[in-house]
Amino acid sequence: MADIPPDSDSPAALGDFGQFGGRYVAETLMPAVEQLAREWPLAWADEAFRADYSRILSEYVGRPSPLTPAPRLAAAIGGGQIWLKREDLNHTGAHKINNCVGQVLLARRLGKTRIIAETGAGQHGVATATVCAYFGLPCVVYMGAEDVARQALNVFRMRLLGAEVRPVQAGSATLKDAINEALRDWVANVADTHYVIGSVMGPDPYPSMVRDLQRVIGDEARAQCLDRIGSLPDAVVACVGGGSNAIGIFAAFIDDPGVQLIGVEAAGEGLDGRHAATMSRGEVGVYHGMRSLVLQDDDGQLQEAHSISAGLDYPGIGPEHAYLRERGRARYLAIDDEQALAALSLLSRTEGIIPALETAHALAALESLVAELGPKAKILVNLSGRGDKDMHTVMGRLDAESLALVERARAHSSQTKLGEGTR
Amino acid sequence: MSAVQPGRIAAAFERCRGQGRAALVGYLTGFDPDHERGLASLIAACEAGVDVLELGVPFSDPTADGPEIQSAMVRALAAGATLEGVLALASAVRSRFAELPIVLFSYANPLLRACSRDAAGARGFCQRLRDLGVDALLVVDLPPEQASILRAPARAANLDWIGLCAPTSPPARLDKIVEAASGFVYAVSLTGVTGSALDANSHSLRSQLEDLRGRTQLPIAVGFGVREPSQVRALAPQVDGVVVGSALVKAGRSGPDPLASLVADLRAATSKG
Ligand SMILES: Cc1ncc(COP(=O)(O)O)c(C=O)c1O
Repeated sequence: MADIPPDSDSPAALGDFGQFGGRYVAETLMPAVEQLAREWPLAWADEAFRADYSRILSEYVGRPSPLTPAPRLAAAIGGGQIWLKREDLNHTGAHKINNCVGQVLLARRLGKTRIIAETGAGQHGVATATVCAYFGLPCVVYMGAEDVARQALNVFRMRLLGAEVRPVQAGSATLKDAINEALRDWVANVADTHYVIGSVMGPDPYPSMVRDLQRVIGDEARAQCLDRIGSLPDAVVACVGGGSNAIGIFAAFIDDPGVQLIGVEAAGEGLDGRHAATMSRGEVGVYHGMRSLVLQDDDGQLQEAHSISAGLDYPGIGPEHAYLRERGRARYLAIDDEQALAALSLLSRTEGIIPALETAHALAALESLVAELGPKAKILVNLSGRGDKDMHTVMGRLDAESLALVERARAHSSQTKLGEGTR
Repeated sequence: MSAVQPGRIAAAFERCRGQGRAALVGYLTGFDPDHERGLASLIAACEAGVDVLELGVPFSDPTADGPEIQSAMVRALAAGATLEGVLALASAVRSRFAELPIVLFSYANPLLRACSRDAAGARGFCQRLRDLGVDALLVVDLPPEQASILRAPARAANLDWIGLCAPTSPPARLDKIVEAASGFVYAVSLTGVTGSALDANSHSLRSQLEDLRGRTQLPIAVGFGVREPSQVRALAPQVDGVVVGSALVKAGRSGPDPLASLVADLRAATSKG
């Protein structure tokens, strides 16, 4: 099949990601998107803006987040030196808030008085609602009705924080549909409203702007590795939904050719069934304002993604990931629901850290990576979020499959001498 | 290559001007609620007096559309609508209405996908549209900066490229849009999605249309939120065409007869006098 021809007129300024990126939005939104593209680099270069951003990350979010060694996890998966970058310890429990702080600061700078956001797992919605409460701004969060049901706790948190949560029934009633509805809101209210997109996706400049705002993860982690390990890691691993926690940690290592960058996407029920594996199975398309890889049928209709983790349940991916893979700078693996659940329970028992289901996908890839890179390999994992929000989902699976899962966990722990790893 | 018949769009606007009225541009989603009934709707609307047909390609994620057109697209896709199916409808309409301009309305992805699947690429796909009797493309998420990917092959195949101007577009963008446009310019009447409530008498809309008039010789059609004859009556003197979408889709849900009678009422309101 011939690929979609590249758009020869489109200047590199419309997203620097080779054939990926761009600004594919309705004309009504173009002036707002152009304003962001103009203003973002100015804000980011402004010392006062940067100082506000850093101060809030420090005194409110709790940065820098620690780097935690995971020796008992390593022992259970066959070795390796595993280091966890603890974004789960941020205020609100995930990396998402780094981006929200920066975008809401930008919205204030641009004189916008109303904030909207989409959310899948609810983490980005909670983070946006939190930052809006901090600044006293009205906040509307769009969330697929399916996700409202599986993330009830986060829905309540958002409401408690004063945000209005609007469930979206359309389509698959998940993240993509929440984005559709947020875009419709933005079209209608673009004069006073800023749309805080939660990942490195959407029209330019969002993919670059969100990367800049999440890069703090990688900058901190790189310095922490040099300090604690005395060298750079051999590999950096992160889960990929839209791709923001992954880009955030990758960004600081892109110019270190010795460091492998590995993204882990959701294989759902398996690559031949329902999944969210855009890198494995997506094709070039134009969607949600960007040209990137998307899960689509032969007719160009978006396919419904599936993952046990709401935050990875998205049929697209940020354009920079498509570009990093095209350039051969990053590679991408797929982990299914079962493997993610097993990894969630393994990290809980070996390290006393309950990760988010999204994050569990990155953790589940470690065993095969250690086998590939060797037992001495130094692997940095972005622990993008904590799992409290997922307990309902995990309990549901454990009820349905309790015997199987507990048995498997037991077998696994005796096999891998779970008790042997020591701190 | 077929013998190209240029200018159905220009001819239709010229005809309406001669009759002292604005053209009625009617939007319907193809395949709503299925092939057969969708075709019956299209024929009913065209027979009742639509001057320019805007035929919508259903898309899974229509971010610029309000609830009425979203639901139409859901119904169409549930009935198995494909781009090929919609093109078959276009060709069926063409065989009945030789002079009627047909504008294919779409989001970018289904069209780009079709280009990538056509052995002759975007040029081949656009030529095939022309051969089937399509006159123009209106792609809602391809602003001028990103449009060349489809606009160049469309223009090469003698398809018109309809430019969308928004109330938020600053002057420099308006000039860029009208320069890239052919056929007609679509003035989006409100800052919102299709089917929103429109005040057809607002001063800002009036000055938006006046401003646009000063920038282009192309016919100007205004749309988004127009649902009643009274709105058409208010707008007709200021423009060359008035677009009605969500209201037709809604009427079509009750069958071809209510749809035809709405079209007749709207058409009767297009007089500039
Ligand atoms: C904890 C956590 N990790 C990862 C993601 C996936 O998003 P991204 O790929 O943008 O990091 C989410 C999304 O909600 C999340 O909550």
